[in-house]
Amino acid sequence: MLSLILIILTATFFTGIIIRTKSIASGRKGPGIFQPVKDVIRLFKKGTVYSETSSFVFRIAPTIYFSSVFVAMLVVPFGQSKGIISFNGDFIFFAYVLGLGKFFSIIGAMDTGSSFEGMGASREALYSMFAEPAFFILMGSLGLLTGYTSFQEIFSALHLGSPISYALAVLAAFVFLMIAMIENSRMPIDDPKTHLELTMVHEVMILDNSGFDLGLILTAGFLKFAIYGTIIFNLFSGTIAYEYAIPMFFAMQLFLAFAVGMIESFMARFRMNQNAQFIVVLSSVSLLIFFGALLISGKFI
Amino acid sequence: MNLVWSFILIPFIAICLIPFLKMKGKAIAVYSVISFIALLTGYLAIQTLSGENVHLTLPGSLVSGPINLEIDALSAWFILIINFGFITGGFYGLFYMKAYINQPKNLNLHGILFILLHASLLSLCVIQNSIAFLVAWEIMALSAFLSVIFEHEKVATLRAGINYLIQSHISILFLMIGFIWVASQTGSYDFSAIHNYSLTHSEPVSLILFSFFFIGFAIKAGFVPFHTWLPYAHPVAPAHISGIMSGILIKIGIFGILRMLLLIQVNYTTIGSFILVISIISGIYGVMLAILQHNLKKLLAYHSIENIGIIGIGIGLGCIGLGTNNPVLSSLGFAGALLHTLNHSLFKSLLFFTAGNVYQATHTLDIEKLGGIVKKMPQTSILFLIAALAICGLPPFNGFISEFILYTGLYHWFQDAQMDSLISIIFTVTALAMIGGLALMCFTKAFGVVFLGNPRHAFQHEVKEVPVLQLMPLYAIAAFIILIGLFPKIFMDILIQPVQLFTGLKKLPFAGFQSNDLEALVSISHASWYLIVMVLLILGIKKWVLSKSTVTVSPTWSSGYTAPTARIQYTASSFVKTYSKLFGLFFLISKREKETQGIFPSEAHLETHPYDKIEKWLIDFPTVNFKIFMGRFRFFQNGKLQFYILYGIIFIISIISIPLLYDKIIQVIDFLKQL
Repeated sequence: MLSLILIILTATFFTGIIIRTKSIASGRKGPGIFQPVKDVIRLFKKGTVYSETSSFVFRIAPTIYFSSVFVAMLVVPFGQSKGIISFNGDFIFFAYVLGLGKFFSIIGAMDTGSSFEGMGASREALYSMFAEPAFFILMGSLGLLTGYTSFQEIFSALHLGSPISYALAVLAAFVFLMIAMIENSRMPIDDPKTHLELTMVHEVMILDNSGFDLGLILTAGFLKFAIYGTIIFNLFSGTIAYEYAIPMFFAMQLFLAFAVGMIESFMARFRMNQNAQFIVVLSSVSLLIFFGALLISGKFI
Repeated sequence: MNLVWSFILIPFIAICLIPFLKMKGKAIAVYSVISFIALLTGYLAIQTLSGENVHLTLPGSLVSGPINLEIDALSAWFILIINFGFITGGFYGLFYMKAYINQPKNLNLHGILFILLHASLLSLCVIQNSIAFLVAWEIMALSAFLSVIFEHEKVATLRAGINYLIQSHISILFLMIGFIWVASQTGSYDFSAIHNYSLTHSEPVSLILFSFFFIGFAIKAGFVPFHTWLPYAHPVAPAHISGIMSGILIKIGIFGILRMLLLIQVNYTTIGSFILVISIISGIYGVMLAILQHNLKKLLAYHSIENIGIIGIGIGLGCIGLGTNNPVLSSLGFAGALLHTLNHSLFKSLLFFTAGNVYQATHTLDIEKLGGIVKKMPQTSILFLIAALAICGLPPFNGFISEFILYTGLYHWFQDAQMDSLISIIFTVTALAMIGGLALMCFTKAFGVVFLGNPRHAFQHEVKEVPVLQLMPLYAIAAFIILIGLFPKIFMDILIQPVQLFTGLKKLPFAGFQSNDLEALVSISHASWYLIVMVLLILGIKKWVLSKSTVTVSPTWSSGYTAPTARIQYTASSFVKTYSKLFGLFFLISKREKETQGIFPSEAHLETHPYDKIEKWLIDFPTVNFKIFMGRFRFFQNGKLQFYILYGIIFIISIISIPLLYDKIIQVIDFLKQL
């Protein structure tokens, strides 16, 4: 329950901070940090335009996409406190329920019969396929390290003692951050502020969404960032008491958002055809974590 | 005993009567016989699953000895799967075949074969005697072959059919070698002889014996590299036959492998690792090629290979669990495999039936010509969508449950594994995750291109939804898919008995799924309900919000271009272009291209055809070389009668003289030895 509240709170400012950081880095004052949320609220009130090509799939796709992200959020714990749903192997459910959302966002894009949206859909399908093994290997290694198979148990048993386990946590944080970037289609995989449809991934998929549906999709994006932020925090939180953990949590989210903003300000997007290679690198980093976990658990021969 | 005779006689009488009935009568006769034997065997199967094993003995013949029939929990599980498939598939087939009503003779044969196929599949599950088993196997293979070539006036159909016929006989060859081996050593054709034989012989011997059976059954199941018949046979068969073939027929291969595991005492760790490796290859290779296909049914056929791979991963895990005395891993592996067998038979037959609907409405299966069907055939589209989500293993559908069980088994194995097994776990996990991701790509492509967007081709005829009655069995299957997804526990309880058979092999303690990691299934069904409630809630809110604001309909945004056509849509090939370039190493894509030339370009075209690299090297290459080699002996066949008589005489003389000559040589050698 605690994680739910914290994730929703984080979601309200995370994207705002990113935008603000980018504005300041490029020498502008920039909008307030709650501007994205205000935009979404405005979108919820607006009318909707549907493409004449589209069918019911296009109309329900954003809803299912949002719901899948929402249910995935219920699985995520906060330190010692469990998520609303918690069971052995819940991280498998987490990945697959996000997959359901992805499936619908892809077919929603295909439903418009547009030349661009198919392009984005194709890329999204490819990238998420590559990102999946990284997540499973990483969670498997953490499971191996701790001997548990649910998010909450893994994270609360993840005692950081030896230097090598710190290195592992940092690597894991890197992988999660990058998965978050892929899932949210941010730099260096995708540039959300690009102006050319040909070079977009996620933005081009939602070209035809408007009003309520667009609001849902954007909200889901905010939530996704906060979800991955919370997971990254969990890597380090261990058994810290709540009165310290909660301020630390917010500090960390602020820092993450700031870091994402800085990455986006000072880095260029990768060439489209090199993205796949980059995402495969994540799997190899996960493998590195796996071998590290083997070392710690003394199973490395 | 009466049950067995009614099982044999009623289909027999029906088969004799069908040719003399009117068209409607034929349909009713076929379907009522199917339902009758389904009810009969289904009743026995349910009785078995509730605790009573059914055991019968037929007198048999002088050669075969008494034929034992036994329904144990494993056969019962497969009997239920077969029956459900035939009841839904048969009902669907009645309507699908209406288009061929002007070919009564052909339909006669088809109806007869359908009954034979059903009866032979059921008997394969219960027969405990090798000769009877091979006879039933042959009936099954032949009736499947003849059902596949229903449209035998088409060359492609015949070709695919004969390809299947040959490969299924190679499969029989391997099975025969295995059975004859045991029979020649023990003198008994009963299955218990196989068990005793493996108990009294060393492990390598049993391993070789098992591998003969494994290859035989793997050809039927479609494990890579024995899969090449599948992508040809499925697309050309009528839709209900391809649904049944993919959903049920290939599962009999899985059944055979499981049956042999129960009979032959082998080193389970070795065999488990072997099955695991071959399954991972099948899983990934199957889905990788599926993505490239342009023919909807061929795409689905390659997906069968992938799913056989997933089932195989379960069997492999189960065996390794047996070998390492790990009851949880073993039970989860076999439970995952058996549940996925059911799941795959459900969603794959649903996919083939909906593809059949599309074919009926448009007369084409070429993905690149389809599009926008969702507006003309909304019900078919929804059914296809449900099956597609299920096959990708997404919650809240059934595919997720079986994949979740396999993942749980894998992560459980983690706890007490050592270095070498840890590496295989990581590979398997990566493979399962990759398969999931690739399947998602494949089915977003298939669904997106076939059903969504604008039509890519102007058909001369009207594209319309099939009759409601034809959709009924499809709805039944979809209901089952959702039922398993939402209430997995019911089905896991049924699975306890079949799984106990396997854990019993090493006397591992296994009472049910509550004790180990699977209480998660309850939470999964809760989470699925949350998902459904959430979707309904948001749809409700959306409806309320939209009722207050304006909803307009306008053309799709195309960057300001005002005259979009259907041809600017992303096609299936372009959807997977990046992918096929990245993994180009594994594919064989033949390309025919005519580029544009000159200042005023006239016409240009580009054609690509994906081909199977394994098929090229494992089937085509040896076949071509064998043909060339045999071609050198063509001079024997010179068409002159005198020569043929001469060959006959040479043959007879050599038959008589070789033994004599052999004796003489022996004498000479003896003589030399005495010297």
